[in-house]
Amino acid sequence: MAMISTLLVANRGEIARRITHTCRRLGVSTVAVHADPDADAAHVAEADAAVRLPGTALADTYLRVDALVGAALTAGADAVHPGYGFLAENAEFARAVIDAGLIWVGPAPDTMTAMAAKTEAKRIMAEAGVPVLDAVDPAAVPEGSWPLLVKAVAGGGGRGMRVVRTPDALPDALAAAGAEAEAAFGDPRVFCEPYVERARHVEVQILADTHGTVWALGERDCSLQRRHQKVLEETPAPGLSDEVRRRLHRAAVTAARATDYTGAGTVEFLLAPDGRFSFLEMNTRLQVEHPVTECVTGVDLVELQLLVAEGHALPPAPPAPRGCAVEVRLYAEDPARDWRPSPGVLHRLDVPGVTARFACAPGGTAAAGPDGLRLDAGVTDGETVGVSYDPLLAKVIAWAPTRDAAARRLAHALARARVHGPTTNRELLVRALRHPEFLAGRVDTGFLDRHHGTLTSRPAAEQEAERLSALAAALADAAANRAAAPVLGTLPGGWRNVPSAPAHKRYRSAATEHEVRYRLTRAGLAAEDHPSVRLLDLAPHRVVLESAGVRRAFEVTVHGEQVYVESSLGAVALTALPRFPDPEPPTTPGSLLAPMPGTVARVAAAPGDRVTAGQPLLWLEAMKMQHQINAPATGTVTEVLVRTGQQVDLGAPLAVVTPRDTAATPPPRGAAQDPATTAPRVPSPGHDRPAPPAEHSRAAHQEADT
Amino acid sequence: MTVLRSALDVNGAEYAANRRIALDRLAALEAEHATAVGGGGPRYVERHRGRGKLLVRERIELLLDPDSPFLELSPLAGWGSEYPVGAGLVTGIGVIEGVECMITGNDPTVRGGATNPWTLRKALRADEIALANRLPLVNLVESGGADLPSQKEIFIPGGALFRDLTRLSAAGIPTVAVVFGNSTAGGAYVPGMSDHVVMVRGRSKVFLGGPPLVKMATGEESDDESLGGAEMHARTSGLADYFAVDEPDALRQARRVVARLCWRKAGPPVSPAPVRPPRYDEDELLGIVPEDLKAPFDPREVIARVVDGSDFDEFKPLYGPSLVTGWARVHGHPVGVLANAQGVLFSPESQKAAQFIQLANQRDIPLVFLHNTTGYMVGRQYEQGGIIKHGAMMINAVANSRVPHLSVLLGASYGAGHYGMCGRAFEPRFLFAWPSAKAAVMGPQQLAGVLSLVARQSAAARGKPYDEDADAAVRAAVEQQIEAESLPLFLSGRLYDDGVIDPRDTRTVLGLCLSAVHGAEVRGVRGGFGVFRM
Repeated sequence: MAMISTLLVANRGEIARRITHTCRRLGVSTVAVHADPDADAAHVAEADAAVRLPGTALADTYLRVDALVGAALTAGADAVHPGYGFLAENAEFARAVIDAGLIWVGPAPDTMTAMAAKTEAKRIMAEAGVPVLDAVDPAAVPEGSWPLLVKAVAGGGGRGMRVVRTPDALPDALAAAGAEAEAAFGDPRVFCEPYVERARHVEVQILADTHGTVWALGERDCSLQRRHQKVLEETPAPGLSDEVRRRLHRAAVTAARATDYTGAGTVEFLLAPDGRFSFLEMNTRLQVEHPVTECVTGVDLVELQLLVAEGHALPPAPPAPRGCAVEVRLYAEDPARDWRPSPGVLHRLDVPGVTARFACAPGGTAAAGPDGLRLDAGVTDGETVGVSYDPLLAKVIAWAPTRDAAARRLAHALARARVHGPTTNRELLVRALRHPEFLAGRVDTGFLDRHHGTLTSRPAAEQEAERLSALAAALADAAANRAAAPVLGTLPGGWRNVPSAPAHKRYRSAATEHEVRYRLTRAGLAAEDHPSVRLLDLAPHRVVLESAGVRRAFEVTVHGEQVYVESSLGAVALTALPRFPDPEPPTTPGSLLAPMPGTVARVAAAPGDRVTAGQPLLWLEAMKMQHQINAPATGTVTEVLVRTGQQVDLGAPLAVVTPRDTAATPPPRGAAQDPATTAPRVPSPGHDRPAPPAEHSRAAHQEADT
Repeated sequence: MTVLRSALDVNGAEYAANRRIALDRLAALEAEHATAVGGGGPRYVERHRGRGKLLVRERIELLLDPDSPFLELSPLAGWGSEYPVGAGLVTGIGVIEGVECMITGNDPTVRGGATNPWTLRKALRADEIALANRLPLVNLVESGGADLPSQKEIFIPGGALFRDLTRLSAAGIPTVAVVFGNSTAGGAYVPGMSDHVVMVRGRSKVFLGGPPLVKMATGEESDDESLGGAEMHARTSGLADYFAVDEPDALRQARRVVARLCWRKAGPPVSPAPVRPPRYDEDELLGIVPEDLKAPFDPREVIARVVDGSDFDEFKPLYGPSLVTGWARVHGHPVGVLANAQGVLFSPESQKAAQFIQLANQRDIPLVFLHNTTGYMVGRQYEQGGIIKHGAMMINAVANSRVPHLSVLLGASYGAGHYGMCGRAFEPRFLFAWPSAKAAVMGPQQLAGVLSLVARQSAAARGKPYDEDADAAVRAAVEQQIEAESLPLFLSGRLYDDGVIDPRDTRTVLGLCLSAVHGAEVRGVRGGFGVFRM
């Protein structure tokens, strides 16, 4: 029986930190690896030792097998944990680790190979008696099989995946999915299967040792997805009959046995509204959402992975789960703007009421209490969320004896959290957790699409919260200005012996612009748009207002132009607009500006091309997402300013399209301030969302990665 | 520390009556200020905005640091005259990029921003303050030049405007001109004499002679832009240092100019110790001064609501008790305070004041004078006691003192008492009046009474009967006229003060002015007084 003394964690971010956390408790030394942009990342600082993977590109760093194995050997590791994503399901990597004489924390490479090819995996499962969806031959789609789902054979993360509703759309979808799969996985093969409407994504956590014991450690419902990526996961899956649950668990154990599985893995099923389910795929690794299982069972899955890898036997039966756990993924992305990634500096992430980090109990021990709040953050305060990696900031998990209690606790913690930095999906998560349909347990993969409007729009109460928060921001700024004044700092702020106009500040929120007019008079606050608001206390970081008879404290934090206001009305992020608009270099009318920083993945237009409105011209890739830039109008491409592989900043000009009838297309006013106006794929705040183009259709949430 | 104890009965009838009258007077003052803010009236304001221009006070607001205070000076200039209240010019002290500056701006909605005699006096007063206190001067220029019908009152003395600009520059006090519109003929020398000039694209118009005049003089055909546009001055003549694309850009650039002055005040820095507010509510200042100024009030009640922590160390409290003298701080700045207590100044009060002023000069401490005096005592006993000598000592000390003086007229300021308490002619750095103040050679009743007595004696000497009815009518008329001419609005309109202030703002105004006076070196005179007649 081997014993692991030093573990190389071949990953980064949240999962690397989480593995290190368990290792520290067990007394296992850890070795981190890092690409150059991650040199100062938390996962590096927290490990006992670290090895640099020179370079920035994934292929040179976290995806480079020889460098990772070399790092393990150099640092004296005796085992390698791949985490999830990157090379976690790469059999070649597993083999290289084993060939180097190291312990691979995961299943046998052959199992991984078998499960990696989706068509092969389905064949094995069908043979073992696990229900599967039959593939459809795209060349001969039977009547009544629509809609179809096109998927990449080597797929994952929703890439190379398309929902196709009509036969005429199929050829384009196959080509586009193939191209995307080729770019993402180096394998252009795709296949088709029936698309199940209103399906749920339910998966079973399995754990198997080398002595023949296979656990089905409860199931998870991961139906809330965006762009085929999971956003919210919970256990147990709500509303399952004991019979369905038993059958699911049994099917998962069958699947594990059919592949001689060892270690932790997940068998994913598609659950139709009628209770029938079919095998989707098997993830031969730890899942992102594994903490919900840990929080109800009290096990530490990483600890058990190491135990199995060392050759130990599991107890004969898994611990019985107790209570309910819900996890949300806090992403640096803007759900209202087509989930656009939002890179930047994370100044502060502080979730109130957290009882444990990277574990379910404060001491890091596995034993979880009957309720709690867990935070697994990949980014620490001050770190930059770059464009190179997944935009996951943190996972927040609440557990309690009931589902309602867990959801309420999680929603409250998120609503009151300080998330200072990139735009996040926090509000969407809070609204989803408080949505009556969610609370009734009616979840399916279409949930986020169906409710996208209500989940991303601000109800009236929140608009009022924003207005008051903007007022608090302006007043806190006044106090800060007074405190920092080199002269006359002790005089009353904004004092006038002959008053003419109130002080005037402007803030922009995600939804709208707020103009705050106020005067601080002898009698107190005079704000014309807030006649019933009284100012009770004022300091640079804390403002106490009484509005309609209710007293509330507003905490105000400023990072450059960004202002974050937290109160019992919720968290509001504002951008302070400058007093003097910077005279910007004028942008050529018809310019297409980058809606986000990223890398140019592909350019499909050349100067002189005649294009029609909405025609894709180029693609940007950032944070694992591809964004298509379309022609804003019918006309001629007069300039292409970027080439494939080029890094571009937010707002960088990409190309210029001169409309055929210039008079009919007014030049984009203020384009430099709001790139959205010239990149029509990205709606401006406050405007109706345009119909998402096919490649981003959020209907295709049949399957999700990690 | 020595905290003053207030004996003010804020629940009493007297307090309530005093407060009521004070609020009435403040409402009247506010109405006059609103008139000045209204500029040339809605029609001209709309026309100005219609041209895409900012109002003068909007320009100033954008120029100032956000949330910083601004003290407007002489807002009532021209009150009671044939010219609009405010005289079409805004002047005041404000903070730009952390630097206290004197800011002046023409109000182009008032007769095109033309300079009338009161505009001139107001502008010259602003220059005087900038020079005495070493405040950088920022001019926001948009003026049609002299108000031609009153040119006789303006043309000859008006040259001082240009003289002051270059003298400020020579003294190392920066001058900045931001030209928003017309600045032609003589007005062209405002940017011409300034250290730094910002002009606005398509707006600034700076030339000695416009197209018609040029056509008349030389026959040359020209236009505004080629003669004096911002583009031309920025690219060709070099008169403009900074070219702004619009008004906000001009103000932004003016702020950058001030930021790059790297300005340092010459006076000692204010104490870093935290500033304690007064122990008593400033609001209660409204209930102290009675309507009838013949009834004295205790100025310590005012001091207790103005100075830091109500902390006041009185000098010679038992000697010459009709004048309160002592040391305090206002917003951290040390001050010596002289305040009239019983109205009349006797010999001991005068001697005490002279000594106190000398002490402040030895210690380089600014002085604050709180006026409520009917003048120096008259009568045989006092004349024989040397009241003239002693009054002269006090006036000598005030006149030759070199520490900054700030005067506030709370109530009466009559006769030579006005001089001894550093009236306008004694050049206090700043002088403000409460709405309750009155200043004249003597009280209206006394003055009318004196005239009546003299007339009666004259009639008696000529052996004529005295017409009592006519006397009563004349007395009433004289009393009314003197009363009207003693009031703060009238005196402020004639630039005899720097503004009428809300009593509750006294601490703020003094704090701002004390900080401003520290722009210049604060150094008292050592020796240097006139001969003290002992």
